Order: sequence, then C-alpha cells, then structure tokens
Amino acid sequence: LTENSNLNANVVGGRLSSVGHLRAWDANAVAEVVEYLGETTIVVPRELLRATAARCRDAASMQFNLLTDATCLDRHPYEPRFEVVYQLVCISRREKLRLKVRLSGKEPVLDSLVPVWPGANWLEREIFDLFWIHFNEHPDLRRIVLPDDWEGYPLRRDYPVEGYRDIPVMPLGFVKTSI
Amino acid sequence: MTTVETAVGQAKTMVLNMGPQHPSTHGVLRIMLELDGETVVKAVPDCGYLHTGIEKSCEDKTYSQAITLTDRMDYLNPLGNNLVYCMAVEKLLGLEVPKRAQYIRVMMVELQRISSHLVWLGTHAIDLGAMSVFLYCFREREEILKIFEMFAGQRMMTSYIRIGGVALQPPAGWRQAIERFLKYMPSRVDEYETLLTENRIWMGRTKNIGYISAEDAIALSMTGPTIRAAGVAYDNRKLFPYSSYDEFEFDVPTRTDSDCFARYMIRVAEMRESLKIVRQAMDKITDDGAIKTEAPGIVPPAREKMKTEMEALIYHFKIFTEGFSPPAGEAFVTVESPRGELGCFVASDGSPKPLRVHFRSPSFINLQALPKLVEGQLISDVIACIGTIDIVLGEVDR
Repeated sequence: LTENSNLNANVVGGRLSSVGHLRAWDANAVAEVVEYLGETTIVVPRELLRATAARCRDAASMQFNLLTDATCLDRHPYEPRFEVVYQLVCISRREKLRLKVRLSGKEPVLDSLVPVWPGANWLEREIFDLFWIHFNEHPDLRRIVLPDDWEGYPLRRDYPVEGYRDIPVMPLGFVKTSI
Repeated sequence: MTTVETAVGQAKTMVLNMGPQHPSTHGVLRIMLELDGETVVKAVPDCGYLHTGIEKSCEDKTYSQAITLTDRMDYLNPLGNNLVYCMAVEKLLGLEVPKRAQYIRVMMVELQRISSHLVWLGTHAIDLGAMSVFLYCFREREEILKIFEMFAGQRMMTSYIRIGGVALQPPAGWRQAIERFLKYMPSRVDEYETLLTENRIWMGRTKNIGYISAEDAIALSMTGPTIRAAGVAYDNRKLFPYSSYDEFEFDVPTRTDSDCFARYMIRVAEMRESLKIVRQAMDKITDDGAIKTEAPGIVPPAREKMKTEMEALIYHFKIFTEGFSPPAGEAFVTVESPRGELGCFVASDGSPKPLRVHFRSPSFINLQALPKLVEGQLISDVIACIGTIDIVLGEVDR
C-alpha cells in the first residue's frame, strides 16, 4: 500500500486530528496510519479494536457516531491474510475514518463491535457468513445470505468462482448453524 | 412458542412465518413473527433468497466488465449503482471526469431517483390497499424509462455510466423529452398527494406506525429517507458532495415524527427536489462537449479514431482483452441512492481484476432495523413498515 508519511500529522488545520487524538489517548491503538486518495485508514491492533471504536464514537473531539460499513478483504496467500474494515462517519463534522484490523488466516477472530454500534450486527454476520471470521460476543452470529448447510466461505480468495469442486478444507471445520 | 403475561392472565404466543413468497415483501424476504394475538412480540428477518454472489463475480471480471453486474444489484437504481462503482474505480485510477459528463450523470441519477420513488410509492400504496396510485405511478415511471431508453438503448439495465464518463452522447431530441416530462411531472406529484396525503385511510395506516428515534436510527446505521424522517439531515449529496452536486441548489427535506407517514412525505418532497436538480442539470449540460475523459488505455477510444490511428486500435484491443490495472490501494466512495447511502469499497492489488469489490447496500442495513420498527405493532403494520424502509431484495442479498 502506498503510504504518504507527511500526511500522518497529528495536527490538521490547527486542531488535533482524529489520528492525533487517538495517539494521545493510547499510542498503542494506532499501529499504522495510511493516507491514500484522501481517505484515512487507522490500523488498530486486534485487542484494542473495541476500545478504540468506543473512543472514536464517544470522545467529544471525534464523535464518529455512524458506522456506515464493515467488510473484509482477503489477501490470500499473503499473511496476515484478512483485513476487516470498518467505515465510520462523523455526521456533524463531515469526516470519515476507516478502522482496519489485520487477522491471520490461522486465527480469524476479533471482538464484535455490536456493543458499540448495534448496526454492526448484520454487517458482521455477513463477514462471518462469507469469510468465516468469528466475532467475539456477537449476539447472533449465524449465516445471513447463504443457506445454513452451504459448504465453504465464498468470498475467500481460495474459493473457486465457478464450480463445486476444489472447495478448500476450512481450518475451523464446518458447523451447521440454526435459526 | 412462549408464554407471556397479559392483562387477562397467561397467554401463548404464536410463531407465524411471513414470506418468502409474499406480495408485500418486495422480493423474497422471509420474516418470522412471534405474535401475541395480533401484536408482534418479536420479528426476525431472514434474507439471502436472492443472493447471487455479485461481489464474488466482480473479482473474476475486469474493472469495466463488472459495471454490468452492478446494474442488477438494486434493479430500481441501476444508474446509481453504476455511478458509485465507476466513481470508486475512477478514484483508484485518479481520473477526472469532464464537467459535462458529471452533469449528465447527475441528471440521470436524479431521474432514476424519481422513478425509484414512484415504484416505491405505487407498491407501498398497493400494499396498504390503495390500488389506483400504483397505476398512476407506473404511468409516469414508464416515461422515465423511455428517456433512459433514448439515452442508453435500455430501459432498466442501462450500464450508461462508465469508467471515465458516460457511454454515449445524449441522443437527438433529449431536451424536448425531458422538458416534456418536467412540465407535467410536478402536477402529477400533486395528484398522488391528492390521493394519499389527506386520505383518512392512508393516514390511519401510516401515522404513528413504525416509529424509530433518531438515536436508534443512527445506532442501527440507517441512512436515507428513513433517517431524514427522524430529523437527521444526513444526505451524501450535501455532506460529501460528489459529481458536482455542490453546484446544485436543492433542499434536503427532513421531518421529526419518524413514522411511516413522515417517510412518505420525505420521499414525495424528494421527488420535487429531484425535479429541481434535473432542471438545473439540463441547463448546465452544453449541446456539445466531451462525455468521457481522455485516458488512453482506460477509456475506450472513439470509433473514428480506431479507424485512423494505430494506437487507438491497440488501446481498444488491450482494454477489452486484458483490461487496465489501477495502482494497488483501496477506495471507499459513497453516494446517496434513493434508499440511502450506497457505498462501494474497491481494493486493487495492481492486477487488471479487482481484489475485492464490496457494496454498502442501504437496503440491507436499513432492513436490520425492521424488528425495531415492528415490535409492539399490529401484524398489519408489518406490511406498512416493510414498505416504508423501501427495500430492494436484489440489493439486500447481492
């Protein structure tokens, strides 16, 4: 990824930027900052995701009250394989921010953000359904768009686009969920 | 089945399965309702019946090939889907779209918004028992589809918006066609309002039904007319202007009552605002000028050039065989679709095919608030509530 280091400033336009604010709050929460195409991405360590998200929502200087999107991308065969992405919007300041968590293919588990934004519920279920990424403490983690007995997780890069053969063996095994 | 305490003692609740084949679910949506008499105790939506794997298919297509897939996602807003996808790819490529093409895009997307709201109004009214509104709405929608056919040769799946601009020059006589439409449409909107707004049955079926507070709506990531009916003026066209929307004058209608009736009023008001935008866009579009940006190797060359220039022919061949490769990176673009915030997240790894294409579909995210809207209401209100979120199941399941 292209990283433009001079844009990683903590202060923008005379006020502490969101990145600067998070750094001041907990230096460990900001593992990496990517500024690309005018979009700010903060890479957050997996353990600190929920606390960071809550901080983004609640801090008076951030107020990212709307979680618009959550998705995942698979960089198979590279490791860490998965990148779970949360897109935040602060309505009052017209600002957008992206939180990203990198996960290894061996242990694709992270904390759910449903306690912070209830709207994350279906978004995380979709990621679970199509990538088999587990969200700790998610209230209703089951498949959402695919049938319960579907084998495999189609949006993983090693899942074939066509045909039924060559579906990879999933590391965590297939678990049937029910409604 | 569970036992609940009621005023007259213990009662058993009943689980009723609504859908997936139900005329008022606007597609194939299944809702499991737990009922106490006629009151909904719990509602659990179950979607996925229309899952077509569009996001997965995009990963195996070149960037330009994927445009046709986006049409089929939200089939009432194909142009908006084209727009958000093309804008995301253009952002990755760093392409600047000519102003004229931007205005054409705005005009088409706003016409699409009107046609989408017309389908919504017609079907919502028919769900609640007002048959005639449906016929009137589809009469006007037909006129918009005729305009799309003029522009793109297709009524619904137009794929008119392309990477770097739009597909074709506006056809001969387009001004007269839209002029005619703009002339009669305001009075037609008045007609719908005459039929519904002060209709006692309509008010009875929609007022104080499906209330959601602004805080809940934001917490549940709702966007579009639903959140604006709750008093939050969240509109991407104003907050994060794209495609030259900052040059247009229009209002973002909001209300605070946040019930089905408020959402109806918002959408009717939005139709009128869209008419204003279409009028302004028409005035801004010059009679001739570029509709595509000059980007060899990305935007296909003009037919005439291919016959005279060797390079143009080579580029044409390369675009349609190999495609083009945006630099590695990610882009997230949002637009305001008739249903809310439509987003597109495109990640490139520097190859001619996208690494990941994800659509933030407003129907999907708004639908998860359905239990909040219907719980505690009567079963007949469930239909009003589904209608008022304005879901398109093709977009919910993708």
